[in-house]
Amino acid sequence: MSVVFNKSVPGRRGVRLPTCDVPFVDAIPEEYLREQPAELCELSELDVVRHFTGLSRLNFGVDTGFYPLGSCTMKYNPRVSERIAGLEGFSQLHPFLPQLRSGGMLTQGALQLLYELERVLCEITGMGAFTLQPLAGAHGELTGMMLIAAYHRDKGNKKHTVLIPDEAHGTNPSSAAITGYRTVSIPTDGTTGRLNLKALEDLVDDETAAIMLTNPNTLGIFNSEIEQVVEIAHRHDAQVYYDGANLNAILGKFRPGDAGIDVMHINVHKTFATPHGGGGPGAGPVGVREHLVPFLPISRIEKRRDNSFVLDYDQPRSIGYVAPFYGNFSILVRAYAYIMLLGGDGLVEVSENAVLNANYVMHALKERFELPYDRSCMHECVFSASRQAEHGVHALDIAKALIDRGYHPPTVYFPLIIKEAMMIEPTETESKETLDAFIAAMLEIADEAERNPDAFAELPKRAPVCRPDEVKAARDMDVSFEAC
Amino acid sequence: MSFVANTPLQREEMLKACGVSSVDDLFADIPASLRPQSFRLPPGRSEHEVLEYFKQLAERNYAQLTVFLGGGFYDHFIPSAVDALASRGEFFTAYTPYQPELSQGTLQAIYEYQTHIGRLTGMAAANASMYDGGTAIYEACQMALHATRRTRIVVDGGVNPVYRKMLYSYTANLAIDFTEVPVTHGASDRKHIEQVLGDDVAGVILQNPNFFGVIDNHEDIVARCHEQGSLVIQSVYPVAMAMLKPPGEIGVDIAVGEGQSLGNPLAFGGPYLGFMATNKKLVRKMPGRIVGRTLDREGREAFVLTLQAREQHIRREKATSNICTNQALCALRAHMYLSLVGKEGLREVALLCHAKAEYAKERFKAIPGVSVMETSSTFNEFTVHLPADAGVIAGRLVERGIAPGLPLGRYYPGMEHYLLVAVTEKRTKAEIGHFAEVLEEVLSHYWDFEEEHSERIDV
Amino acid sequence: MSQDDRKYAKSHEWAKPDGDVVVVGISDHAQQELGDITFVELPTVGQVMEAGAECGVVESVKAASDLFAPIGGEVVAVNDALEDTPELINQDAWEAGWILKLKPSDLGQMDALMSVADYDATL
Repeated sequence: MSVVFNKSVPGRRGVRLPTCDVPFVDAIPEEYLREQPAELCELSELDVVRHFTGLSRLNFGVDTGFYPLGSCTMKYNPRVSERIAGLEGFSQLHPFLPQLRSGGMLTQGALQLLYELERVLCEITGMGAFTLQPLAGAHGELTGMMLIAAYHRDKGNKKHTVLIPDEAHGTNPSSAAITGYRTVSIPTDGTTGRLNLKALEDLVDDETAAIMLTNPNTLGIFNSEIEQVVEIAHRHDAQVYYDGANLNAILGKFRPGDAGIDVMHINVHKTFATPHGGGGPGAGPVGVREHLVPFLPISRIEKRRDNSFVLDYDQPRSIGYVAPFYGNFSILVRAYAYIMLLGGDGLVEVSENAVLNANYVMHALKERFELPYDRSCMHECVFSASRQAEHGVHALDIAKALIDRGYHPPTVYFPLIIKEAMMIEPTETESKETLDAFIAAMLEIADEAERNPDAFAELPKRAPVCRPDEVKAARDMDVSFEAC
Repeated sequence: MSFVANTPLQREEMLKACGVSSVDDLFADIPASLRPQSFRLPPGRSEHEVLEYFKQLAERNYAQLTVFLGGGFYDHFIPSAVDALASRGEFFTAYTPYQPELSQGTLQAIYEYQTHIGRLTGMAAANASMYDGGTAIYEACQMALHATRRTRIVVDGGVNPVYRKMLYSYTANLAIDFTEVPVTHGASDRKHIEQVLGDDVAGVILQNPNFFGVIDNHEDIVARCHEQGSLVIQSVYPVAMAMLKPPGEIGVDIAVGEGQSLGNPLAFGGPYLGFMATNKKLVRKMPGRIVGRTLDREGREAFVLTLQAREQHIRREKATSNICTNQALCALRAHMYLSLVGKEGLREVALLCHAKAEYAKERFKAIPGVSVMETSSTFNEFTVHLPADAGVIAGRLVERGIAPGLPLGRYYPGMEHYLLVAVTEKRTKAEIGHFAEVLEEVLSHYWDFEEEHSERIDV
Repeated sequence: MSQDDRKYAKSHEWAKPDGDVVVVGISDHAQQELGDITFVELPTVGQVMEAGAECGVVESVKAASDLFAPIGGEVVAVNDALEDTPELINQDAWEAGWILKLKPSDLGQMDALMSVADYDATL
């Protein structure tokens, strides 16, 4: 589809703006004004509506079809959450309002909502307190590592390293590194697919600031030795960080706080069904055990004896500001709405069905696709396309073949420790009929890989484009449209 | 209501296929000792009940105030088409465009957004957006530190104080020195900045218009910085850029800013988006998602995520940033907004904001005891000096349905009598007049409540 | 097969004496592993570094690999052609795809590097 700037017609106007009801003044001296006008596009409202409607039709979302992108929890996003987030009493609130005297009383509903969400997240995870401010999962990780750094600084601990399993998401080492820590990788046990406790014992020492864990891990395997991991860490006064990316598997079945986890984050776009938005915005609430509460970001929401809510900015040991205000509020509204719709019983149902769906797909495919860890999985299963690769059909080719069959492919080439990895996460909102059709498509692709491997290079054929040239993109760096 | 589709019968069939008798068997890896000690949550509710609950909460927020609050976050009009188009499920239920064949809509929109931001700021290339204006400044600092291999950052006192606080929090554990240069008479202090420049300074952070709404032309500062090998980071208000000299015209190295004003509601603090743009030389050091235009196998135009090798999922602990996503949907809204108002429209929005703010200034100047700080030109926000504590007076105005602006004492000690007032195109002459009348009336009684001055602002 | 007129570092850089300077590049094996190279971040002429110091980055679509100085010295030249045609490294890693020239602080450091036979044995 032609880029929007090609559709622009000089002089054409879209929306009409309010008329100027005050004397027109232009009190700004020439030296402050721009020399060239900003060449924004010039379109009618209908031009714009058609352009973006056209673009939307080139996209695939959960609303379009099955989207088993591992590690991303692409579940259905309830429409009522959108409606709630759009209520004027939420969407029109200026964030500086509570900082005005008497302004706090005008935002009691919003503050109550945030306060209640914090409490609910504590109950779901077993953590002592939550901050809702982090603006995304990765931002939550960064906040968590800042809290750990503040804790060690406060105690006068000299800590320099963070231990991270080799199967972890790339964000973990990155978050630790930008907080100023050196990262050390812990190998995974090749037979169990879990963290190697012996290796951990060897690597941990008094310089270890933290261990970062994902449980269930990125292989979809729950580590039942998590208490031992915590115990080993605490023996060295290292903190244990729990990456909540895979929380969808364990709601009502396991709470990180009960295992002694010190800090964790939640990706609300995964577990609590806030829209993925094409890559954001998300929200990454961070939970801590009691000893880290004094370090939580400014401000904290407190409930007064008269049941009113107040923002407390007087937090002398806090790590300070991580967000301009109270987090991605309207995303948090959606998360709370979702939790309230489901309730405790519904959340347990989520995990049970997410895990059942993943195991069902795993069992149906394991005859034809290599399953590196053949054991029951949690909410996702990780296959390897190694058998197909022998015929020259790689994980990426299988992904492209799925596109032609109307599916979004699984996550491919992650986790890095599995060659030709294909990570499938069906989520709980998919029906058996959908899973059966997907399984049939995968089996058909396995047949095709043996029968006609050469055909894969030209796939997908039914998508608007086919395998864009990424090398050309990186070399040419055409990242801004120039009219020819 | 858990949105689970499968019936109990289907679940039985599936369990059988998995070779287990109950769903509990699938959770056997979680030992009994690790099962939740508590999971006391209310039972699920119907859509209707939940909607009613949230309506009640929303009604406890009084959103009907006439807003003259700004401080970097503005109450601009959002065309209806933005909401209608951004709420298409194909956009908001998709994820990061890892599979370009299924994501050309998101990818092309980001490419167009990047182009719009580039044109607005006058810079060569923009990224797909950061979390907000504050994190964009932080990421720009990291870029400057890496690019120059220096260790100090100079921060102008006119940079949004909230962003400065964020910057210092993020870097508390890192070996980075900050030098803050207070503003004088509302504008950047040239002499002072020049004094603190040196061969250890990686970057200088400026803001235009600055936090007090004051317009500046930082061209001379940019020149001094470049002579010393320092980069310049300028945070700008995107609406003002339709009129004012953009970063690209004065040689700024990294342009950033809060993009909320472009089609995103205030929503009590988020989600917003931080935009970031840079010149050709630094583009490969820019963090976050970037979309490039290329060709596909058949020679058709196609869009892909590019320069990903620098990102966390590949480069792990050596990544330029830990950011995994952008604020895609907010950036999409910003792009839709710019497409709808267009070239002339955004200029008109800017002119309206400016003209209305100038009118408000005139009205306030006529109130006894009130003075408007007028050492330099302002865009749509300006500082007024009140004869009493601005926090107390603001409280009185809030009770009368007006959010009158931001009392500055909280962020600038010594400025307890100053109020920062913002005016957007949505404010009418009548609303501005009403504000001035109520302010005058409140001030005429100010002796009555002067004893309250010592009270702590308790929200 | 790597070239026997130069020495190698574990991190896949080669170093080849040429008059009073030492030319540095990456091995053909390294370029194959990286795939299509899209960008090379070069050091600046005049920069002085120790052996093992980071002195650039070689980027492909799927990886970004740091370049380490095989020996210490001052950078006296960089291969500017790589700015527009990074694929030179893919085409000819041994000659046209050289990356920088160092004036060694101690030519004796060359002895610590691997011979071609030792390097090829690590692959």
